[in-house]
Amino acid sequence: MRCQHCDKPAVVHEVLIKNGKRTEVHLCETHAAEAGVPVTLHQPINQLLSQLVNVSPAGAKASPAKAQPTCSTCGLTFAQFRNSGILGCPDCYDIFEQNLGPLIEKAHAGAVSHTGKVPQRAGGNLDLQLLRQRLVRELDEAVAAEQYERAARLRDRLLTLPESGCSPATGIGEIEGA
Amino acid sequence: MRLAPNGPLLDEAGPDSDVVLSSRVRLARNLAGFPFVNKATVAQRHQVIGLVQRVGLESTLGTGTVWVNLMHATSKERQLLVERHLISRQLAEGDTPRAVAISPDERISVMINEEDHLRLQVLLPGQQLEDALSRANSVDDAVETKLDVSFSRRWGYLTACPTNVGCGIRLSVMLHLPALRMTGEIERVRRAAKELHLAVRGFYGEGSDSTGDLYQVSNQVTLGVSENDLLEQFCQRIVPRLIDYERQARRLLEQSPTTLDDRLHRAMGVLRSARLMGIDEAMKLLSRIRLGACLGRLPDVDLRTVRRLLLQAQPAHLQLAMGSELGEDQLREARATMIREALT
Repeated sequence: MRCQHCDKPAVVHEVLIKNGKRTEVHLCETHAAEAGVPVTLHQPINQLLSQLVNVSPAGAKASPAKAQPTCSTCGLTFAQFRNSGILGCPDCYDIFEQNLGPLIEKAHAGAVSHTGKVPQRAGGNLDLQLLRQRLVRELDEAVAAEQYERAARLRDRLLTLPESGCSPATGIGEIEGA
Repeated sequence: MRLAPNGPLLDEAGPDSDVVLSSRVRLARNLAGFPFVNKATVAQRHQVIGLVQRVGLESTLGTGTVWVNLMHATSKERQLLVERHLISRQLAEGDTPRAVAISPDERISVMINEEDHLRLQVLLPGQQLEDALSRANSVDDAVETKLDVSFSRRWGYLTACPTNVGCGIRLSVMLHLPALRMTGEIERVRRAAKELHLAVRGFYGEGSDSTGDLYQVSNQVTLGVSENDLLEQFCQRIVPRLIDYERQARRLLEQSPTTLDDRLHRAMGVLRSARLMGIDEAMKLLSRIRLGACLGRLPDVDLRTVRRLLLQAQPAHLQLAMGSELGEDQLREARATMIREALT
């Protein structure tokens, strides 16, 4: 449907009933803005991401490869996230925080932090969970770099942590189907 | 795969079923110590499945919980699960290790390795969001007792897509809004929904059309709101208002009874006479007679039959009922025959 004031597609559709008489209003984005009707109140993350491309600082254009933030844990680049809208691992939230924070805030109507349920085990064990994630990451790095003594120390440290369903002590090496 | 021929939404209509077909609560969770699914190796994806299998979901989902390894399921079985709303299209179409656990009553399903490691879903007939949330929380608690999930103090439950971060919960209702569609008011509802940060989608969720005047309305904001805040918004304000709009529109249609009855009986006439019928046409016409049955204007039609046809007219269900592999034309013929026989 076209805007009633021009040929552009209408994005706002209103039906007004006054004194039993029905009037329809169809406006494009420009005329809706002129009439004071907000058009986009909530933006999906992909739309926000595409806008981010357009508002990147001019300096970023000169050396896109070097300026590209990359997650050191999973290897995801921010450009890859911008294309897919999907992060690679929990650490991406910290590593991309500067770019991601404003996007999350917009996608969640201005919210900046979590309210509500906290997982039972994380309530008292959140720091432990973070420590475990860090040790697992360092262990992987040590193995990849063939630093076996360091890897053994990290493994021993992990084994001393309280039992967890996700710890490498119970997880690694066990592969099975559904 | 052991599934009953009919789904859980067939025998029970649930509260406010003239407008609300079903209520769904879905939680997104990821296990700590693993990358998200898209960056996980095949071995890590198997590990995630193995860890979830050892949680003992049967204690909350019930004895007789069905586990389906989607790598081994046929495309018809996967499509059946999508039509039954037990798995998402994304899980059905993936090509890596992934699975689903389904409660014996098919009201709870736990998808493993969809976009997130875990997607817990509770689906109940009619408006039963409160009960659905309570059941979802029970399953979530059972998982969290055994496994560490990715969580940060600032962002809450960490999810692969930041649109789900925070409480990681989506509440949704599947609404039948034929009168709002007929009166042209549906665009106004869409706009109001947008202002309330709600997503309005089609029958099969994201990316699907509003086939049969069925709309799925869900929250988009998951950060800075608690599960109970969302529940209150949906149960106290959003759902009652949408139900009220649709009922008002139905009353408006009833002010022109001949026009309305003409539409309803024409739909009935085609359903009782057609020899070939595609799924879109079937959904559209069944939607019409569902409206007629709810308004008491088609006394021969009972709602249970319409519920059954809305499900069994779907391609995989129809194939299952016919017990043989049918081509597109044969499917259209089988669909028309099944509907005609059920309504005459």
